[in-house]
Amino acid sequence: MDAALPPTVRSIFERSPPRDDRVVVNIGPSHPATHGTVQIIAELDGERVLRTDVHCGYLHRGFEKECEDHTWHNLIPYVDRLNYVSALINDFAYCDAVEQLMGVQITRRCVLLRTLLSEYSRVVDHLTCVAAALMEMGAMTAFLYLVMVRDFMYEHLAALTGARVTHSYGRIGGLARDLPQGWLERLAAILLQYEEFVARVHTLVDRNRIFIDRLRGVGTLSTADALHWGCTGPVLRSTGVPRDLRKDTPYLAYAELDFDVPVGIQGDNYDRYFVRMREMDESVYMMRQLAEMLQSSDGDGPVNVDDRRCTFPDKALVYSEIESLINHFKLVMDGPAVPAGDIYVAHEAPNGELGFYLVSDGSGTPHKVHVRSPSFVHVGAVHRMLEGGQLADVVPTFGSINMIGGECDR
Amino acid sequence: MRAHTIPIEPAGGRAKSAAFEYIATRKDELIGWARKFSIFPYPFVTACCAMEFMAVSASPYDTDRFGAALPRFSPRQADLLMVVGTITHKQAPILLKVYEQMCEPKWVMAFGVCATSGGFYQNYAALPGIDRIIPVDVYVPGCPPRPEMVIDGIMQLQDRIARSRHPIITQDF
Amino acid sequence: MDAPAIFDTLCCSAATAAAPEVSHGVLVFQPTPPELLPLVRRLKEQWGFDLLLDVTAVDWPGRQPRFEVVHHLYSTAHKCRVRLKTRVDEREPQVDSMVALFGSAAFMERECHDMYGIGFRGNDDLRPILLYEGFVGHPLRKDYPKQREQPLVPYRH
Repeated sequence: MDAALPPTVRSIFERSPPRDDRVVVNIGPSHPATHGTVQIIAELDGERVLRTDVHCGYLHRGFEKECEDHTWHNLIPYVDRLNYVSALINDFAYCDAVEQLMGVQITRRCVLLRTLLSEYSRVVDHLTCVAAALMEMGAMTAFLYLVMVRDFMYEHLAALTGARVTHSYGRIGGLARDLPQGWLERLAAILLQYEEFVARVHTLVDRNRIFIDRLRGVGTLSTADALHWGCTGPVLRSTGVPRDLRKDTPYLAYAELDFDVPVGIQGDNYDRYFVRMREMDESVYMMRQLAEMLQSSDGDGPVNVDDRRCTFPDKALVYSEIESLINHFKLVMDGPAVPAGDIYVAHEAPNGELGFYLVSDGSGTPHKVHVRSPSFVHVGAVHRMLEGGQLADVVPTFGSINMIGGECDR
Repeated sequence: MRAHTIPIEPAGGRAKSAAFEYIATRKDELIGWARKFSIFPYPFVTACCAMEFMAVSASPYDTDRFGAALPRFSPRQADLLMVVGTITHKQAPILLKVYEQMCEPKWVMAFGVCATSGGFYQNYAALPGIDRIIPVDVYVPGCPPRPEMVIDGIMQLQDRIARSRHPIITQDF
Repeated sequence: MDAPAIFDTLCCSAATAAAPEVSHGVLVFQPTPPELLPLVRRLKEQWGFDLLLDVTAVDWPGRQPRFEVVHHLYSTAHKCRVRLKTRVDEREPQVDSMVALFGSAAFMERECHDMYGIGFRGNDDLRPILLYEGFVGHPLRKDYPKQREQPLVPYRH
């Protein structure tokens, strides 16, 4: 190994070195169970973790800097790749922020569709998180069941958006395209299959002695700690606090839907697992309501708002009249002109509060696009859950906060 | 220590007898067959491509059919380094360290367009392609690539392994 | 109290030089650097803004003062947000740290320091978090060219 390469991080143990009878262990950043690229430097007393120093940033891809170089439209693919497990929610939260800053009102059908797809993304995210967490504890069968359902959902979303994982489906003022024929029928079939597979996972795992021993009472977080360290989403809800942006500050069509907000009891890993499982069930219930609303007369209409400031004109018009041609040209080359100002809009992502802070200087390219990333804040909080536990608990606890590298490091 | 791979054609080849070549070729075919169907990947997973990596390991795409299912999370035990996702400059020394810890024969697959060329992250943070720091055998572009593309990449790598020389005793045999 | 009522109360008792105003549903304060920490403490202890959402900065290269440090806070009781924008000069880009009030400020301030070079008085752990040791410069400043790479491993080609 080339000893000339300098270390990329400095750990806290350089400033406060551990005692002689303690061991400092480095977990990651290339590790099967750190979900990509996080480094946890832990000081151990035997098997007990005393202090941890969590290092992220190994997937910092310069999202904010890239965004300053692209038009408001062109950076939608970058936004997708933040929380890449639930790409649609990132799209819609970003588009919502730009639309509010521009003063654009999206159509009714778009509202219903965005809500349905947000819940769909939530299910996909929770499936992935739970599948990965279970696999890391050895429950390979549960992983395979959940990934199979997730694969049906990926293919289904690919039929709608063109891509399995990073969809880039949201547009400022609407969506890329409307639903294809038979999409909602296939959705109903997939939701039935989801219920079947998730029921199997419940029977395998919920009252399993090993599972309960590994997760109950492990990685406990109190509500006061959760709020002090900025936790939102399932991590906060597992401590017993029913805080959910979909209920507290409703956006899209959530105010019209009937759903519950699952909360945990103790704030340990088992609670976070169960909150996610119940949230998936609530999401499926919401999706069924929304599918009905979409098929009723209320859900009819165009999916893109007819606003020349952000929506591309019809291709037939672009090729036949000069105004539409110029409009199209300006939208592509300069980007939609967003009035100067700043805005912060947050949606309830599967990990918590996903916020976009946009600063516009009046042109078609943003001055600043900042993401308030729930994973980043949770990685800052995870040491509270790891310290005092066992070394073997590091893996399930870290898995339970669902750190997504793209969102954490941006 | 620079990374290197064993060349397919021996440099400055000396003339060998036909019988020796026949046995060496058959031996290469046998070992190539064994090695290509027992690939132990080291999934160096970083970003979004991980989702497709999980999908390709599970059904219905299943790398187990190709013998490449069992991941080995120690570089000493793995022979295929699958670099899945964007490698940033902060991560690059770790990638190089893992690559150098692997024993010969080893192959590298650049999974995804970020590993191939940096993808659309052309900025101060992302490495513009892992072949800037380690040699790559198979490039599977895509953002992320469909599981079928990954399987195609694995099959192309298997063809390459089957066609290459596998010296086991000396540099010639 | 629902959002508009708490905003009225806050406007009356803000005690900042510039009056706060509502922008897209968020109450925006513009404290001066000395007013920032007392304002945040009052918001947390008196008005129930218990979640520090975000700490970031905006670079306005033509303007004086150049940087604008932006804090977002959320109240789980009142279900509303406030934004605090503090302007700091480029020669002394320093504000007070929130780590004593909110643990989440630790990582967020490290990131802000990494990206913009804003110093946080009171936070003694401003190690690089998204960047690495040895990275020179602050990439999100407008004068840092996007493609200036600082590779740690020398390129083969």
